Amino acid sequence: MIDARPLLEVKGLRMHFPISEGIMLRRQIGEVKAIDGVDFSLKRGETLGLVGESGCGKTTTGRCILQLEKPTAGEILYDGVDINSLSPGDRRALRRRIQVIFQDPYSSLNPRMKVGDIIGEPIHVHGLVPDAAKRVARVRELLSICGLDPGFADRYPHEMSGGQRQRVGIARALALEPEFIVCDEAVSALDVSIQAQVINLLEDLRERFGLTYLFIAHDLSVVRHLCQRVAVMYLGRIVELASCDELFDNPLHPYTRALLAAVPVPDPTIEAGRAFQPVRGEVPSPINPPGGCVFHPRCPVAVDGCRRTRPELRELRPGHWVACSEVS
Amino acid sequence: MPALLDVRDLHTEFRTGAGIVRAVDGVSYTVDAGETVAIVGESGSGKSVGAMSILRLIPDPPGRITKGEVLFGGRDLLRLSPQEMRAVRGGEIGMVFQEPMTSLNPVLTIGRQITETLEQHRGADRAAAERRAVELLGLVGISDPERRLKQYPHQLSGGMRQRVMIAVALTCEPRLIIADEPTTALDVTIQAQILELMANLTRRLNVALIIITHNLGVVARYAQRVNVMYAGRLVESGPAAEVYHDPRHPYTMALLRSVPRLDKPRQARLDPVEGQPPDLTRLDGGCAFRPRCRFAVEACAAARPALEAAGAAGHLSACFRRDEIATAAVAA
Repeated sequence: MIDARPLLEVKGLRMHFPISEGIMLRRQIGEVKAIDGVDFSLKRGETLGLVGESGCGKTTTGRCILQLEKPTAGEILYDGVDINSLSPGDRRALRRRIQVIFQDPYSSLNPRMKVGDIIGEPIHVHGLVPDAAKRVARVRELLSICGLDPGFADRYPHEMSGGQRQRVGIARALALEPEFIVCDEAVSALDVSIQAQVINLLEDLRERFGLTYLFIAHDLSVVRHLCQRVAVMYLGRIVELASCDELFDNPLHPYTRALLAAVPVPDPTIEAGRAFQPVRGEVPSPINPPGGCVFHPRCPVAVDGCRRTRPELRELRPGHWVACSEVS
Repeated sequence: MPALLDVRDLHTEFRTGAGIVRAVDGVSYTVDAGETVAIVGESGSGKSVGAMSILRLIPDPPGRITKGEVLFGGRDLLRLSPQEMRAVRGGEIGMVFQEPMTSLNPVLTIGRQITETLEQHRGADRAAAERRAVELLGLVGISDPERRLKQYPHQLSGGMRQRVMIAVALTCEPRLIIADEPTTALDVTIQAQILELMANLTRRLNVALIIITHNLGVVARYAQRVNVMYAGRLVESGPAAEVYHDPRHPYTMALLRSVPRLDKPRQARLDPVEGQPPDLTRLDGGCAFRPRCRFAVEACAAARPALEAAGAAGHLSACFRRDEIATAAVAA
C-alpha cells in the first residue's frame, strides 16, 4: 500500500566532481556537474523510475542515496531525517534499511565466495542472525524466495547463469530485510527471456515485503511496466516527472518525446508505417554544459530564449512536472 | 539469380574443459544482394559465432569450423587461402562490431584506420586515400571530417566511434556488411541515429546487411528477414512480418510475448520464457528448447526437428508442431 508520507525526499541535490591537473601541485581546473539540482520524493511502497542516457546523473543520484557519495549540496531526507547529518552508528543502521541491486551480475558477486557466504555475510556483519546454523537456514530461505534451489548456497557464482546470478544479487539485497532498494539497471544485462522472469520476481517481492524501489534504467518499456511514477533526467537535471501512464501517454518535454520516438517496437507493420526522424546531436559534456536549457542544442522546438534562461520544473497538470518553457 | 551469401550446413565447435560445445550446429541460410537479414538469439545461441565463422575469425584452438560451406559470390570462403581471406575481410565484406572502443586501434588516428584499409586492399596512394577518407567520414555524418581524421578514437564519443567503424566497413565498397550488436553499447537516441544511418547507407549503396541483435524492436524496424537462433541452430526463419505476426516456433512465440511493449496497454504481469538457457555441453538428441517449451510432446525428446516450411512462402520452423501451434496461439 502506498502511504501518503514520503519515505525519501531529495531536495536540491548537487554532485560536482572536481577535475584536477598536475602531479606535484594538483589544482582543480574544472568540475563535472554530474547532478545539478535534483528534487523528487518517493512514498512508501511506491516505485519511481529514473530514466535517461549515460552521463545524465541517474546512477550518481542512486549512489548519493546509498551514501556511497557525499553530495556537494542538497539534502536527502530518509523517513524525515537528513542522512548526511547522521552519526556513524545511525548511518550504519540506515544502511541496513536501504539496499541496492546492481546491473552486472558478473562483477557484483565475489567470484571466490560461495553463494551462501555472499548472502550470509551481510546478515553476519549486521548481527541479524548470530547463530551460524540459523543463518544457513535463513540463506536457504532467501534463495528459495528468489526462485533458486536452496542447494545453490554451496555453489560459486561462475557455476550459474546470468539470470541465476542476478537472483543471488537480489537475495543478498533482501538479506537485511530492507524497506528501500535502489535497482540500478537491475535487468539490463539479462537476456530477453530471463529479463521478464526477474521483473516478475521484483514485482512479487515488492508486494510480499512492502518494498519501495528507485528503479534506475534506460529501457523505457521496462520502466513503464514496473513503475508508478517516472522522472526523466538529462545532463544532471530532471526534465520531466509524472505518473507512469501520464508520462507515456502524454509526454511533454521534447527530450522525453525524442527518447520515446527512438525506441522501435517489436512489430514490423507498425515500424514500416512510422515516420521517424532521430533527434540530432549527442549529449554535451557535463564539464561544460550548454547555457540556458541544457537540451537546447538538440531541441527541435528551441527558441532564442532557451539559450539564455534555464527552465525550472513547472507543474503543468496535476502531478505532471516539466522543465521546458515552450510547452504548456 | 543465386544469393549473394549462401551458408550451408555450417558447424563450428569449441573444445572446452566441460566437453565439446557445438556453438553452431548445422546452420543454413541465404542473404540476397542489398537485403537486410537479422539474426536474433540470446547469449550463447551461436549468433555471433555463426557470423564470425563466415569471416573465419574463430580462434583456433579452441574453436574450429568442422563442416559446411559459405558461398559468397560463388566462392566457398571456407576453402580460401589465408591471403585470399584477408582480401575478403574489410574488402568485399565489411564488419561493424559491438564495442567501437575495442575494435578501433587506440594508437592510430581515425584517418589512418581508413587509409590503411585503402592502401592494403586497393593499393591507393596516401593522398588519394586521404581524400576518400574525408569523403567517407562525411558520408557517415561526421562534421568537420578533415579535423576528425587527425584525432584518436579516445577523443570521440561512442556514437562517433561507431560512425567511424561504419566508415571503415564501407571503405572498399563491400557487397555485404556484418554488424554484430552494432548499437548495444550506445544510448537510445544515439542507437536510433546509427541504425537509421546504416539503413540509409545500405539502401543507397545496395549493400547487404547481416545484423546480429537481441533487440526485437530493432529487427522489426530494419530487417526484411529474420533468423531466430537457439542453442546453435536456426529454429525459425522467414520474412520479418511473417515471423512476428505468425510465429511458428514456440521459442519465437515466447520471446515475443515476454517483452514489455510501449505500443500495447500495460500488462498486469509479464509472461516470461520459463527455465534457464540450455547448457550446450549437455544437449541430448532431442529438441534443445524442449525443457522450456509449453508445447513439448514425447516426440520432441526423440529427435531434433529439422527446419521445414511453415505458413507463408519462405517461412521455416524447426518444430514438430509448427502447424498446430499457430492455431493454439490464435485460441490463446
